[in-house]
Amino acid sequence: MTDVLNPPVQIESDDHGRGAGGGLDDVHGHGHEEHHGPTGILKWITTTDHKVIGLSYTVTAVIMLVIGGAFAEIIRVQLASPNGSLVSLAQYNELFTMHGSVMIYLFAGPFAFGALANIIVPIQIGAPDMAFPRLNALSYWLYLTGAITMLSGFFVSGGAANFGWVAYAPLSNSINTPGAGADLWIGGLLLTGFSAIFTGVNLTATIFYLRAPGMTMFRMPIFTWNMLVTSILILLAFPVLTAGLVMLYCDRHFGTHIFSVAGGGVPVLWQHLFWFWGHPEVYILALPFFGMVTEIIAVFSRKPVFGYKGMIFATLSIGALSLGVWAHHMFTTGVVLLPFFSIMSLLIAVPTGIKMFNWIGTMWRGEIWFSTAMLMALGFLFTFLIGGLTGIYLASPPLDFFTHDTYFVVAHFHSVVMALVLGGMAGLYYWGPKITGYLLNERIGKWQFWSLFLGSQIFTFPLYILGLEGMPRRVATYAHDPQWKTLNDISTVGAVIIGVSTILFVVNVVVSWKKYPSGDNPWDGHTLEWFTTSPPPHHNFYRLPQIRSERPTWDYNHPGHQALHHGQHDELALHAEEVPVS
Amino acid sequence: MKVEAKILLGLGLFFGIMCAVYWNWSLENAGGVMMFAAMLLCFLPGGYYYWWSRRMKARPEDDPNATQAGGAGVVGAFPGTSIWPFTLGMGAFFVVLALVFGIWFLVPGLTLVVWAMLGGTAEGRRGGQH
Amino acid sequence: MAALALSGCTVPSFGASAGVTSSSKSVYHLWQGFSIGAVVIGALVVLLILWAVLRYRRKGDHIPTQHQYHLPLEVLYTVVPILIVFGLFAATLVVENKEVSNPKTNVIVDVNAFQWGWKFTYPGTNALVYGQTTQDPEMVVPVNTNIHINLTSSDVIHGFYVHAFNFSRYALPGVLNEFTIRAQSTGTYFGQCTQLCGLYHSLMWFRVKVVSQSDYNAWIATFNNPTAEAAAKAASKTTSQQTASLVPSKGSTTKYGR
Repeated sequence: MTDVLNPPVQIESDDHGRGAGGGLDDVHGHGHEEHHGPTGILKWITTTDHKVIGLSYTVTAVIMLVIGGAFAEIIRVQLASPNGSLVSLAQYNELFTMHGSVMIYLFAGPFAFGALANIIVPIQIGAPDMAFPRLNALSYWLYLTGAITMLSGFFVSGGAANFGWVAYAPLSNSINTPGAGADLWIGGLLLTGFSAIFTGVNLTATIFYLRAPGMTMFRMPIFTWNMLVTSILILLAFPVLTAGLVMLYCDRHFGTHIFSVAGGGVPVLWQHLFWFWGHPEVYILALPFFGMVTEIIAVFSRKPVFGYKGMIFATLSIGALSLGVWAHHMFTTGVVLLPFFSIMSLLIAVPTGIKMFNWIGTMWRGEIWFSTAMLMALGFLFTFLIGGLTGIYLASPPLDFFTHDTYFVVAHFHSVVMALVLGGMAGLYYWGPKITGYLLNERIGKWQFWSLFLGSQIFTFPLYILGLEGMPRRVATYAHDPQWKTLNDISTVGAVIIGVSTILFVVNVVVSWKKYPSGDNPWDGHTLEWFTTSPPPHHNFYRLPQIRSERPTWDYNHPGHQALHHGQHDELALHAEEVPVS
Repeated sequence: MKVEAKILLGLGLFFGIMCAVYWNWSLENAGGVMMFAAMLLCFLPGGYYYWWSRRMKARPEDDPNATQAGGAGVVGAFPGTSIWPFTLGMGAFFVVLALVFGIWFLVPGLTLVVWAMLGGTAEGRRGGQH
Repeated sequence: MAALALSGCTVPSFGASAGVTSSSKSVYHLWQGFSIGAVVIGALVVLLILWAVLRYRRKGDHIPTQHQYHLPLEVLYTVVPILIVFGLFAATLVVENKEVSNPKTNVIVDVNAFQWGWKFTYPGTNALVYGQTTQDPEMVVPVNTNIHINLTSSDVIHGFYVHAFNFSRYALPGVLNEFTIRAQSTGTYFGQCTQLCGLYHSLMWFRVKVVSQSDYNAWIATFNNPTAEAAAKAASKTTSQQTASLVPSKGSTTKYGR
């Protein structure tokens, strides 16, 4: 007989335990007057509370969104004339490089896995905090300092990085791009890269080790599942980027010749390293928003997630396949195995399609309530559909050969990222009340939705056409084809409308400040975070319900309306078994 | 712990198959090596969890019929406030600036990093006040 | 079969154009095929979403039946997309194999990309064309002939892209990229660099002029004149310092149409 060993979780005789009623022991029962911790800015600097850290991430990421957006508006004004002179050729190269870099590395990534995930995942699984709270705080400080490092390129001689957000070798070497701006870009990414890796470790450990009793893996919310797969992708992909950046730095400063032909190196190796990270990265960005939208659609249709296991299978498939498609960004190099990457890239559309049909299935025969969060989620569906379909063209090398490096690709990925922004806004409207205790104004929210949604389409559609007409990307001037001005101007109108929607969001936050208390569960939410108060207490729960499905709060509030099991067709049969509460 | 193990082992297996197909077909080494490493990175924790899952008693979160009362007890150690993440972060910041502006930045950088490591270790699992 | 079906009726262009080479037309038809699929699937999904959104609007406080899966349906929308994907892949392979083939030919052009211009040399002849940025160097080739292009780069990665050919390929330092073009109509077609290569990336223009075989022979012959030969060689030694003076001033208009 083998000894039964303790589980690998470190259990300490410490003061953080669950009581018999499920929830926190009365360590904090004597009220907040006992807390003599730091206050003010020292409190912020020393916090390890995932909710505060996640909120810091959210605010910083939204500031990055505004900075990146400002760069975009300047680009649009430059492109308002075929031979614009708003900025010089050199400044333009800095602008699109930093626009892309800020948006992807400093806004989308941190928002996707550091902001809402940090706040919501522990609460969704019934945990008091993340598994490694101090590591969590470190992740935030690395993010903030990484952002400052990258952006300070603008203040050094030679300006900020200007080789595109992808920094292809040999353009990014010290001969072609001397100057500290490039090194600050590399340094900033080393910091944010480690920030991401540590968050990946933290989320995985939290999900594996800190779930509440009864919360089996297949009862976790879809958002948490998606964050798990996202975390695994982070762990698989980010080290590759970090390694590539170190190699690039060595080539620039230590005389190595990893990417230069003269020393026997291979420039295209940079692309292999970069895109092996780069493609999983776009799924790291997308999966969290897929998860948010899944939950929002379910709640505002008053139905369970349709095809829960299919969703998980689809997410795992996307994660797995995403590591095998990277060279579809390199089809025009002439040195990659076209058929392999083509079939893998086409296949990855299948699980995405499964998700789309499951979202529709969730709404089907539901009772749909068009709150701002739901509208944003629907906007996500439409916009991602367009972005996803145009991506299928790019998976075919012959079709990629003439659209690569044109505005068709720019339009494709902007459709996708605008969808993610819509999803992110959905998440903020949905979970904002849980985090702050206050609702946002719904009327301003609807104005924000329509301007964001319509603005996104008006912005991207002309760019598809421009790409097909031959307009290349990363050009400051199109003097050769002045007839492209009209479509550029229409796109700019869309970009301005998107800017307006961002302003409306800020206005909403200001106008609604502490105005509309939300209560614990304003949306009749299904998952565990809606069981606790808004905002949650320190260590998240005073008490926990019994967990018997992936919708513990719904089961508690609506006994007799559990999700139908195999062979059941109506709920009357369920009335006999009430859901007990501990 | 079985589901967690199976997820990671399954992913590792998928990467292994993909690596075998890709590397043999393309003879391209960068992708082959990276996919092989991805496979190993999944097998390592996956194998560990699989080995543990067969030896541990069921945790409350793996038990579909668990009650909150049954799962009562200590969950883990959660440090309260701590200055060391910030210190380490600032140290890393200066170390990176050394890469850009000169080796003398390593003085504040490494000082803060080492100080944070010592302080964080001394702090132990409890951390500061709440 | 798709080509037959498509040639029988007027299929919309969906934004692309047929181009002037033999493979550009195949690429165009592939584009149209993909687009029909995209429109059909896209329309189906949009209609489903709109239907759900309109038909299942909240009407009261009633809790709907809590369906959460339908296995046959889920299997259907897993399997059918996989089949569609394999169909798209098969169509892709047909066109791709054609595009990457390099039949034997005796018209060869060495295209060298550099910061920030193009150099065209014709091995076996004395022809050499060189131009920086908006000097717009012109590559002359004969119509209805396979042109074998050897694409190289002297410094960073550049993109060789001609809209009328529905094609682009990177010029990679240290790598020889070879491909074949067969233009089917005479005319002058604009090209430019599509891969970011530094400061004057926006202005790395060139042209491909497709002429009759006899005009091509005549053009090649002009390079046998010693003066022309020397002039061409001198031009190829131009340093990048002269590039700055070649940038068009503000407000300049284009000289060539598409």
